[in-house]
Amino acid sequence: MSHSDFAIETHGMTRAFAGVNAVENLDLAIPKGTIYGFLGPNGCGKSTSIRMLTGLLSPTSGDIRVLGETLPGAEEKLRRRIGYMTQKFSLYDNLSVRENLEFVAQIYGLNRKNAKLRIAELLTLYDLGGRQKQMAGSMSGGQRQRLALAAATLHHPELLFLDEPTSAVDPENRREFWERLFDLSAQGTTILVSTHYMDEAERCHGLAILERGIKRADGSPQQLMAAMGARVIEVSGDDLRTLKQSLITESAILSAAQIGSRLRVLVRSDIADPLAWLKPRVANRAMEEVRASLEDVFVTCTGERVGANSTLEADHVA
Amino acid sequence: MWRRIFAIVVKELRQLSRDRMTFGMIVMIPLVQLMLFGYAINTDARHLPAGLVNLSDSAYSRALVQAVEATQVVDFQQRYVSVVEAEAAITRGEVKAVLYLPADLDERLVRHPAFAGQAYLAQPIGQWLVDGSDTVVAATFRSLRQMPLDEVAGRASKSSTPSFEVVQYFNPEQRSVVNIVPGLLGVILTMTMVMFTSAAIVREREQGNMEFLITTPVRPLELMLGKIVPYVLVGFVQVIIILSAGHVLFDVPIRGGLDSIALAAMLFICASLTLGLVISTIAKTQLQSMQMTIFILLPSILLSGFMFPYEAMPIAAQWIAEALPATHFMRMSRAIVLRDAQVMDLQFDALWMIGFTCIGLFIASLRFSKRLD
Repeated sequence: MSHSDFAIETHGMTRAFAGVNAVENLDLAIPKGTIYGFLGPNGCGKSTSIRMLTGLLSPTSGDIRVLGETLPGAEEKLRRRIGYMTQKFSLYDNLSVRENLEFVAQIYGLNRKNAKLRIAELLTLYDLGGRQKQMAGSMSGGQRQRLALAAATLHHPELLFLDEPTSAVDPENRREFWERLFDLSAQGTTILVSTHYMDEAERCHGLAILERGIKRADGSPQQLMAAMGARVIEVSGDDLRTLKQSLITESAILSAAQIGSRLRVLVRSDIADPLAWLKPRVANRAMEEVRASLEDVFVTCTGERVGANSTLEADHVA
Repeated sequence: MWRRIFAIVVKELRQLSRDRMTFGMIVMIPLVQLMLFGYAINTDARHLPAGLVNLSDSAYSRALVQAVEATQVVDFQQRYVSVVEAEAAITRGEVKAVLYLPADLDERLVRHPAFAGQAYLAQPIGQWLVDGSDTVVAATFRSLRQMPLDEVAGRASKSSTPSFEVVQYFNPEQRSVVNIVPGLLGVILTMTMVMFTSAAIVREREQGNMEFLITTPVRPLELMLGKIVPYVLVGFVQVIIILSAGHVLFDVPIRGGLDSIALAAMLFICASLTLGLVISTIAKTQLQSMQMTIFILLPSILLSGFMFPYEAMPIAAQWIAEALPATHFMRMSRAIVLRDAQVMDLQFDALWMIGFTCIGLFIASLRFSKRLD
């Protein structure tokens, strides 16, 4: 790919707050027209990364190129080309839906006629037509989020940043919301979205898994799942709590987490036949190998063991 | 550029019109404060509670007491038999002063110049024991020292040609409220204008609007101007309320031209608003912005000449006062409203406020960075 095919390129992007790195040596190459996800727990550096890429924060070190422009330096130039939907609702609670959109349209310099057309279009697209006189503050999480997306895309940005856009939204609205994002993506908008939901991350074309400011893995969800370095076995039967306690002391087992009446066990891929290896350890309980999920990827990447304090400690016990 | 400023102005006005409390305060603050200050602040002390120790109890002494009461300065509420008892009453705060009339009052009266007595034999005919901690009260009693005794003596005294004649322009009846109302313009505008704008930027930051706003093409100066303009209108509404209520309720004359008043008010409103904006770019929370507003407000009331004459303050305090827009406006407002001065007569104050506004806007735009670090 040539340079111009990337919407975002960073090399060694680092940001320290009071000497502690919130983001460390982040290399990104996000192709244009894709939906790219930042997956990680709270405080992993997702928002800090987005703020650097939108020009709100200066990196402590590293190179950033957004839509071919170098940051810091080209912030004002980029303002009209990027859209940003903040984590917290950032429109005005005591303005109505229409007034909020009118404000944003004027700030982006749309003339009266274009603004009117664009707002009408957005109200229909985001299903807000019936609520255009309602105050933004009195709307539900899902409605507010649609309004925020409408405002962030009002000026047809080439690149859209969404910082945990669905954290205040119920699952049904989340599905709906992602449909809109795919529509935007189909029209050529590059989207960078941060999330801590696995199901959302699975919808992205590309994905970076972040933990404490460091990128642990990067690739498409399928690639990540394939290259996970562990296989997933589900065990069902009685007394899974006790089984879990005994399993997690094994160093070959990365994690064991109970999901309903089954225990989801991640076995290191250097065990050639995990089913046979597990058989004596699970005592006649039923076993089945299942497809890896992104959550499994996350657990293996971040070394975070569900049910144990840390890998190191578990190894030590083993 | 103008479209964006207009957008912010419209947005601010819409938000303001929905904030009933703030909207109410815009009208109520000037009205209530005007009533409070107009009726309450009075630098001419009247009807001070006083006590009497009358050891003479003659007809003359009773006439004298009546003459003193007739000045309306004091009300003799208590009578004491001795000076010791009277002093204890002053300590308790029962009375502000006690008039002591000695037993030989009649002889002293006879020797007094008002009774054609010999000047070299003359003695004061009585003594005021005053709680002098409040200087205004003390000064009021001192003014009784030369009280004419004509009525007590029953004839005109011989030597009462004053050294100076005093002609009181602009406020011949010496009503405090005449001086207070134009000054109150400055105090109330300082309070509301600085307060409204000091919260303006901080509020957007606290409510999370700022992170979105700074990723839009809006420029700092546009944001600052957009935040100021709606409150200029608010300021004018308040000026109109204060001056018309002052004129109707307290009969304060408005001698100056309305154009001069409007121009001076405009300059002061802009200066106060930019001061608020600067605070807004420094404060991190609305509470901090409120604290800084009070920090500005107190000297604006106490040092600006609103309460005490500017000229009577020490030089250092005068310098501090000069830095405050309220001081300059206080001078302009009293000059225009009471003395029919023109803005051109007050160039220094006018130019100072223009300069203050420009520098303030510059600092606020500079301090407001479209970054989070």
